[in-house]
Amino acid sequence: MTAARSSGWSRRTLGVGLAVVAAAGCLAGCSTTTPENGTAATGQPSAGGTYTIWDPYPQYDKTSEWVKLLESCGSQAGVTVERTAFDTSDLTNKALLAAQQGNAPDVIVIDNPVISTLAEAGVLTTTEENKLDISAISPNLIAAGQSGGKTYGVPIGANTLALYYNKAVLDEAGVDIASVKDWVSLTAALEKVKAAGEKGITFSAIGTEEGSFQFLPWFWGSGAQLTKLDSAEGVSAVTLWTDWLKKGYAPNSVINNTQTTSWQEFASGDYAFAENGTWQLANAKQAGFEYGIIPIPGKAGGTAAAPTGGEFVSIPVQQDAARYATSQRLVTCLTSTDNSFTTVSTLSYIAPTEQVQARQITENPELEVWVAAVKAAKGRTSDDLGTKYPKISEPMWGAVQAALSGAKSPQQAMTDAQTAIQ
Amino acid sequence: MSRIAQAPNRRPAPAIGGSVPTGRGHRKVWRPRAEQLTAWAFLLPIVVYLVVFYAYPLYRNLELSLRDYTVRSFVQGDAPFIGFDNYAKVINDATFGPALWHTVVFTVVSLVFQFGIGLALALFFVRNFRLSATLRALFLVPWLLPLIVSSSTWAWMLNSDSGVVNAVLGMVGVDPVNWLTSPDWALWSVTVANIWIGVPFNLVVLYSGLQAISPAVYEAAALDGASGWQRFWSVTFPLLRPVSAITLLLGLVYTLKVFDIIWIMTRGGPSGASTTFATWSYRLGFGNLVPSFGPGAAVGNLLIVTALVFGLLYIRVQRRQALA
Repeated sequence: MTAARSSGWSRRTLGVGLAVVAAAGCLAGCSTTTPENGTAATGQPSAGGTYTIWDPYPQYDKTSEWVKLLESCGSQAGVTVERTAFDTSDLTNKALLAAQQGNAPDVIVIDNPVISTLAEAGVLTTTEENKLDISAISPNLIAAGQSGGKTYGVPIGANTLALYYNKAVLDEAGVDIASVKDWVSLTAALEKVKAAGEKGITFSAIGTEEGSFQFLPWFWGSGAQLTKLDSAEGVSAVTLWTDWLKKGYAPNSVINNTQTTSWQEFASGDYAFAENGTWQLANAKQAGFEYGIIPIPGKAGGTAAAPTGGEFVSIPVQQDAARYATSQRLVTCLTSTDNSFTTVSTLSYIAPTEQVQARQITENPELEVWVAAVKAAKGRTSDDLGTKYPKISEPMWGAVQAALSGAKSPQQAMTDAQTAIQ
Repeated sequence: MSRIAQAPNRRPAPAIGGSVPTGRGHRKVWRPRAEQLTAWAFLLPIVVYLVVFYAYPLYRNLELSLRDYTVRSFVQGDAPFIGFDNYAKVINDATFGPALWHTVVFTVVSLVFQFGIGLALALFFVRNFRLSATLRALFLVPWLLPLIVSSSTWAWMLNSDSGVVNAVLGMVGVDPVNWLTSPDWALWSVTVANIWIGVPFNLVVLYSGLQAISPAVYEAAALDGASGWQRFWSVTFPLLRPVSAITLLLGLVYTLKVFDIIWIMTRGGPSGASTTFATWSYRLGFGNLVPSFGPGAAVGNLLIVTALVFGLLYIRVQRRQALA
């Protein structure tokens, strides 16, 4: 009996042994993945610990000015900064997932139209809670981070759109840039350029948020409101672009252009105009031809409101409210008047405060037109649109695509888009 | 000792104990458990792997599609259960009809041409002429390239204004075509790119299928006076049927979920002209500032179910063939 048992046991031990081995393997695996941030949980400001920062700037690595700035802000606050960079389009979902799992970063740098979405999700703290000082920020810029009378972050810097032009192409066509003041004179200039055998204007009308971003200066410049896409003004903006395509003033490829491919077209030197952003300034200097920049004209003259681009710095909700104090010091370090100049120079943005804007113009007079454009700019989620904006934006870029590709007339496209929103 | 005392009450047990040596009797009681444990220990890694990486994500995707997720309820985790409302919403969406049609056209046209061209090339290469190995290797290039590379290259070639295709057309006096920016052409352009990418796979699988057919069968057919065409239809094609079936099934699953090519070349545009279920699902879940997880997951599930239906159909046909 004992002999029999032992033989039975031996098999069983083998089985149990294997199970134990497997379990031990799992335990070992699990224990190594356990985050060891116990030191950070003390929650006392300047008591050390690790603070996490997420940003949408994967193009900046450890040696960049931006990361050095983050680290120096961390050491000023007496903490170690752990920075992770994400692709812009990836960051919204990453932030939502992290909030769902209860491990949101301490500080997040995020694209401004996303703020209202994250605020709606209850992911971000308000400035009342986190004590961030926003008094110096230009009202038109902070608006994108406000919803229901509360402010959910501080703009780290702003950029917007304007028209780049190629001096040589305009000279050849006999166009005086000073004559371009409204839509009629701009279209007349394009006509002359086309007649001279050159290419007119390039922009991005791709079927993503980028397309809406590029269309908005014309939409707002016509006097239209996002709450009514199919107004006569709104339709006139779509018609302007559609006519440019029909008459060959703009290439058909704009329908598929991102802002980068549109810039590549302009950089070829064949185009008179390109609608593009502050961030192309460094590339413009390398383009190898003389260029200039004018604000995007409104339908009847003046400067059209362009949408503000650029990110906000926000402090996501944490279980341990004691962490906010240090997070607040980190954000203030990045956005305070003293440091803002370094931040915006690093990121090649326009500062969100008048004081720093003035300093930027003194140091680089070329930025004057951009500062003016940023002052005229408007947040996409402003006018209390908040999370309604994305639901308007998607039908809008769809309508622009439908009109430009000839699938629908501008009127029909905008009417259908308005119907889709309701 | 107590066991013996209890014996009369449990009659079967002593019966076994009586006829069989006690040791083996106990082994019979113990062995299945030990073996089961061992078996489970061996199974454990794969079970854990399947549950973590397949079962749970599928379950989550199903759950996402059955609840009303807003950004707020996604974070708070209190999304109300709404049954099939997301599916109803998706099916009644203006995008559903066109997206379904585009998916069908894209899949069927891709499969027909990939399989046709792949089979023709396989028949060509099975003759093993000089340089055939080199040429065959060249045909594999589309398969080896990362999709982002081949799709971006196609997008450049088909660019309306500076693309090489329109430049060539211009040389022979044909007006430029808006390959990617015209609603009439966008779907065909992405389909052509997808066919080009899918041919090597069909070529390789069908080529190995052809090699498995015994030359003796062909010799017998030739002796019986079968023409080349007859040999193909009556020998090659029927003998290649099992391989063809699995090639088409894998091709179908692959084509249904094609996303990268379309997204890189057209973003599903212009104005939805090349939107398939795969790109639509992505757009709903990730392509907007406010993600609609529920409807996005619903569209994704429709794709999974479609692939599953064809998979089951394949198994059924295969079983019937095995029985016949």
